Amino acid sequence: MEKSSSPKEPESSPAPGRCSPLGWLEERLDLAPLKEFVRHKAVPVHKHSHWYYLGGMTLFLFLVQVITGILLLLYYQPSESNAFESVRFVMTQVRFGWLIRSIHGWCANLVMALAFSHMFSTFFLKSYRKPRELTWVSGMLLLGLMLGFGFSGYLLPWNTLSYFATMVGTNIAGALPGLGPFVLRFLRGGDSITGATLTRFFGFHVAILPAITAPVLMLHLWLIQKQGMSLPVSVEEKHRAEGSKPPELRFFPDFLIRELMGWYIALAVLAGLAALFPWELGVKADPFASAPPGIQPEWYFLFMFQTLKYIPAKILSLDGEVLGILAFGLGGVLWLLVPFIDRGPATGNWSRRVRQAGVFVVIYIIVMTAVAYVLKESR
Amino acid sequence: MDDLNRRRLLQSLVGSGIGASIFSFLYPIINFILPPPSQGSGAESKEVGSENDLKPNSGIVFQFGNEPALLVRTEEGELRAFTAICTHLGCTVTYDPGSKVIWCPCHNGMFDLHGRNIAGPPPRPLSEYKVNLRNGKIVVAKGA
Repeated sequence: MEKSSSPKEPESSPAPGRCSPLGWLEERLDLAPLKEFVRHKAVPVHKHSHWYYLGGMTLFLFLVQVITGILLLLYYQPSESNAFESVRFVMTQVRFGWLIRSIHGWCANLVMALAFSHMFSTFFLKSYRKPRELTWVSGMLLLGLMLGFGFSGYLLPWNTLSYFATMVGTNIAGALPGLGPFVLRFLRGGDSITGATLTRFFGFHVAILPAITAPVLMLHLWLIQKQGMSLPVSVEEKHRAEGSKPPELRFFPDFLIRELMGWYIALAVLAGLAALFPWELGVKADPFASAPPGIQPEWYFLFMFQTLKYIPAKILSLDGEVLGILAFGLGGVLWLLVPFIDRGPATGNWSRRVRQAGVFVVIYIIVMTAVAYVLKESR
Repeated sequence: MDDLNRRRLLQSLVGSGIGASIFSFLYPIINFILPPPSQGSGAESKEVGSENDLKPNSGIVFQFGNEPALLVRTEEGELRAFTAICTHLGCTVTYDPGSKVIWCPCHNGMFDLHGRNIAGPPPRPLSEYKVNLRNGKIVVAKGA
């Protein structure tokens, strides 16, 4: 007769530690598989291992954003007449309000910087190759969501800079052929930037984007746990030739302690930036005032913003700006589909071309961003 | 230093570090979530209409600073003003011309026309304000 595959009955004599909270939980939830997973989880060690820390650090800073964002919600009032005043109240009246808001502002930038670094590191290590295509796609979706958080959060203080940056940003989205007018009205909640836009962006920032981000993030993390860390091509080939396995570091506690050290450093950098360079509030937005000179979006949108400036108004009979937006859209889709484009052998010619395209993209982004800053300074 | 002592020292150092970190995270957060004391409007006195606006045996609730206040003209024509916040649970009181008392509708608390709690659950009298007439205008001021 076959043995039953049902979960084991609790042992008659209590196991050591059963009186502890963990023991109490274990009796009810059967944590053994989880403990087993944690015990066996390991991270490969090789000369590129340090790139593994970027994802965890991005996640950590995202959690800092969630916590500081929830705290700011206690005081923020999302209306045209009160938004700016409520942020000023936080900065000037609430104890540590300047610190919490400055951390939120700086951390938003660090999250973007780390998310981009994480993306490019996985790109150049070709971590997206089979079977990790979905991890790449979910990561790209998360990056898009982070950009959405940045764009929607930028308007919330309702200052001049954020007002006109949103004006320009939504106009760019509105220039899309066909869908443009719909997207423009959807984003603005009307034809122009008003209190309705502010309320809408607030809704995107604190409800809609988090509701989408949570499951995508869960999927991304689950895929990483399921498939383990990817080995760089060179390391994989070397060990395949030798018939060996790369040395491993136990995730708990060895890797985690190193990761925690990284988080501490990130937090120290954040606190330093927030304390030394408090996030500015600026001047309250006035829809009937002219735009101040040198209006720019956040740095992570700058390369696109600067490119659009250089495109002629008309190319053949087509609108230059529309062509630019379509080109960026196409570039984004190709980037999203990289795992499906680069399917050949990792050392093949095609794969090398994809890598070269990636190098070009990085150089292009850096150069255009730098040009935008230099031109702004010299104006 | 033997291994055991070194381990203890390290454990206490790491423990202190973690404790200090937790404190440094929680201290600003707890301070942040407690709102700063309200600034108040700074209003020490307020003009509340003209003398003829308020008939005998009537009362009106008006805004005085950030709080409601009650102005009553007694049957004899005397003007009196009080805070309109019931001393029981903070509801806004009103003047009841039928029973000639200040009445709190929430729990049927009653105050006489000197603000003294005379019935129901209110534990303390209402604070009274000064009332003056200036060129025919009623002026209510704090510090009765």
